[in-house]
Amino acid sequence: MREVLNARRLLCPLPVIRTQDKVKQLQPGDQLEVICTDPGVMQDIPAWCRINGHKVLESSSGGHEYIIVLEVGG
Amino acid sequence: MKQQRKAIALISGGLDSMLAAKTVMEQGVHIEGINFFTGFCVEGHTHGIRERDKAKPKRNNSLWVAEQLGIKLHIVDVIEEYKKVLINPKHGYGANMNPCLDCKIFMVSKAKQWIVENNFDFIITGEVIGQRPMSQRKATMPIVAKESGADDLLLRPLCAKNLPATLPEREGWVDREKLHDITGRSRKPQMAMAEKFGIDDYAQPAGGCCFLTDKSYSAKLVDLWKARDSKDYELDDVMLLKVGRHIRPKAHFKMIVAREEGEGRFMQGYKRDYISMLCTSHSGPLVLLDGSPSAEDLYLAASITARYGQGRDAEQVDMAIMEKDGSERTIQVKPLAVDKLPEEWLI
Repeated sequence: MREVLNARRLLCPLPVIRTQDKVKQLQPGDQLEVICTDPGVMQDIPAWCRINGHKVLESSSGGHEYIIVLEVGG
Repeated sequence: MKQQRKAIALISGGLDSMLAAKTVMEQGVHIEGINFFTGFCVEGHTHGIRERDKAKPKRNNSLWVAEQLGIKLHIVDVIEEYKKVLINPKHGYGANMNPCLDCKIFMVSKAKQWIVENNFDFIITGEVIGQRPMSQRKATMPIVAKESGADDLLLRPLCAKNLPATLPEREGWVDREKLHDITGRSRKPQMAMAEKFGIDDYAQPAGGCCFLTDKSYSAKLVDLWKARDSKDYELDDVMLLKVGRHIRPKAHFKMIVAREEGEGRFMQGYKRDYISMLCTSHSGPLVLLDGSPSAEDLYLAASITARYGQGRDAEQVDMAIMEKDGSERTIQVKPLAVDKLPEEWLI
């Protein structure tokens, strides 16, 4: 399953908090696409994933948006 | 086999909480971190907004500390609950609008709630007696423990030897002899301990990690409450107090003037919530108007807005006024002379 989280206009650490809360509702192996406007997420969400056992599959930016796709760990 | 005890460590992102967690980890206790987001945390926000800060390497220090320690970090949104702490602090404010003692009590009480819900044994903070004038004094240590409800489940590893033994020490979950007796504002003991642990990179926030300790920010918050005749606020208010120049020409309206491109882009997101202005004949900043300006006030605001743009010396500039519903009109206005902006309008 793949879900999308709109974290536009939120400044860090709110995108991380919203990601953390959403991941709690998902199952291991599920994917979550997080769309943000704070460039800080490019550091913070991967760091949060590393310490909590999730995997970043993709990260990209375009215009003023930053997108991270992660896979929920077990 | 001896049961491995579990503790939650309050992680601010600074050195003290990192050392406190590390000290107890070294004793074989399972540690996870917790960080509370009040809305006023310095972490990240202005870096996320300002263009000029984008070139600087940026990280969330609490996440970074957790990664260095190899522990999980739980970041908890306490924005709503924190309002009652800030609006009516039992122990009052510090030098600015910082309710440091009430804040510490609140965070430890949330940590206490967390350990009960998650079946952890005790709480760790990086507090040091005498480190901070309001919240970290010998007299306030028992107040935090008692009023938070944590009582003797609250362990302060950096100054534990100067305090009565807590339950984790009395029960032998941690060895009190391996804890510390740091006091005062000197950072030397912490720096020596960091070196011993091989920690050579850590945040050294000047003036703490909270916007409420900042004089200028606090003045804007007080102004907001006074203008609204209410000590309430929303997260958007908190965010907008961090950006732009704030100018209050009259009691019933305030201008927020973007200081650079990043702030202007951030403020674009609020154009449906506030009347906004932008000079169309010359380049200039985006301005948001908070309050209920009259038609005459809009003209004054436009002349002030023009004063901050490239047309400041022009005889007349075109100023677009955007309403919250998206409708737009343009007026011609003479920029306010640079020396005609009263000092007392600047918040």
